[in-house]
Amino acid sequence: MDIYQQKIMDHYKKPRYRGTINNPTHISVENNSLCGDRIEFQLSIKRKKIIQAVWQGEGCVLSLAAADVIAEHIQKIPLNQVSIINEEWLLGELGVKPSPSRLKCVLLPLIALKKALTNN
Amino acid sequence: MKYKIGSALKEDFPIFTQNRDLVFLDNAASCQKPAVVLEAMDKLYRNFYANVHRGSYNIAEIVTSLYEDAREKIARFINAASAREIIFTRNATAALNLAARSLSIDFRAGDIVLLTELEHHASLVPWQEAGHRHNLKLEFIPVTPDGRLDINKARQQIKSKPKVLVMTAMSNVTGTVTEVEELVDLAKKAGAITIIDAAQAVQHKKIDVQEINCDLLAFSSHKLFGPSGLGILWGREELLEKMPPVEYGGHMIKEVNYQTASYASIPDKFEAGTPPIAEVIGLGAAIDFINQISMTTVESYEKELTAYCLEQFTKIPNLKLIGPKDNKNRGAIFSFVIDGLHPHDLATILDSIGIAIRAGHHCVMPLHSKFGIPATARASFTIYNGEEDMQALIFGLNKARQIIS
Repeated sequence: MDIYQQKIMDHYKKPRYRGTINNPTHISVENNSLCGDRIEFQLSIKRKKIIQAVWQGEGCVLSLAAADVIAEHIQKIPLNQVSIINEEWLLGELGVKPSPSRLKCVLLPLIALKKALTNN
Repeated sequence: MKYKIGSALKEDFPIFTQNRDLVFLDNAASCQKPAVVLEAMDKLYRNFYANVHRGSYNIAEIVTSLYEDAREKIARFINAASAREIIFTRNATAALNLAARSLSIDFRAGDIVLLTELEHHASLVPWQEAGHRHNLKLEFIPVTPDGRLDINKARQQIKSKPKVLVMTAMSNVTGTVTEVEELVDLAKKAGAITIIDAAQAVQHKKIDVQEINCDLLAFSSHKLFGPSGLGILWGREELLEKMPPVEYGGHMIKEVNYQTASYASIPDKFEAGTPPIAEVIGLGAAIDFINQISMTTVESYEKELTAYCLEQFTKIPNLKLIGPKDNKNRGAIFSFVIDGLHPHDLATILDSIGIAIRAGHHCVMPLHSKFGIPATARASFTIYNGEEDMQALIFGLNKARQIIS
């Protein structure tokens, strides 16, 4: 079962960045109506830099672990470096090759993040 | 001699003889095909293929006669009064769309369409669309918390004289077998046209359209061990003759000039263009296969299997079954949720050990919303499944729990 490997299960069971922050500057929610999964990103962006990023929501192992991995990598980075957070990067970080139907689970938090960056 | 059923039947299905470890529990979505169906279609393409109803040469005559023989078999299978009442469509969804589009043409604003909360998107959405076009009022027979229809409420609703009653004979989510005969009887007395969605029921229960006494009934070939790409709309001859066609073109006409055309009578009127020829012949072979087993045997076998699965499901800790918990008027379709185990994770882990189930809303979003559950896992059994498939599922559920929690 190569999808449910250590790194993914670790982020799923012990998420580092699950929660909310006071006075976020950017918020977005993304739903997958097929399975009811929901990922919300809250960002605090100041002077073109992500000061803090957290997520909350419900979903499968893949969507929640992916959200946490994304959040971990965008802490305290300048906005111009966020563009490296894309599908290829995420699959590489997670170390999985999900089937087409499960790819949607992985990409849900990525879509939520991109939406958050344009919502303020 | 009693024909084999259950696991022994897997020998007749190439997918299982070639994949001995496959545990296929997604039969509510589509069923596997017995060798006889594949052979009938293969033989057609290799030996006789031509279009139907057109050529006067030998192989065209052979194909046309095989094709019309299949129509006769399908008519007998559901006890239709005549093969003219069997209309071939693309799938059950297309059959239900045809019914909604054609019937609603002369409906008036405010006319009531009575459906049930169990309906899947195929029987619901065509009437939503007809509703928007003709300002119809859609009403729903409610579902009780255990996934059954609220019959007392239905009796009241029918008193408001709906123009049409649309109901499933069996839910693809809860496995509920509905009270079609009782509700059809009441609805017809109130003057309604009755449409039965038998897409799920047809592989599990004997369908007798004269006994149900409905006006229209839809099902698909692929859920009856036949090929995909073919649906059936059965209708009462006098009603079908009155209903206008909704698709136009070759074969459905009587006479055509550059300005206008007159239309053929049934079933041709509703069958524009080249039909799914091999698929019809394949479904004929599937029906021969099922008749050999007999629907009576299917019903009694599946009742036993349902009882066994229900007993097993109730023993699984933290598993919540959506739908009837007793073995009365329900089939072997089990949608469930497990605390702390997302349906997609469960499906992926089961898949890794060769067990196919469905995860999601199974094309019935409103019912999932009503139960407050976005998605479920669904295991659906059919004639070739046995107790060992349920055991494999339990093994898989335990494995998934070990991995995830």
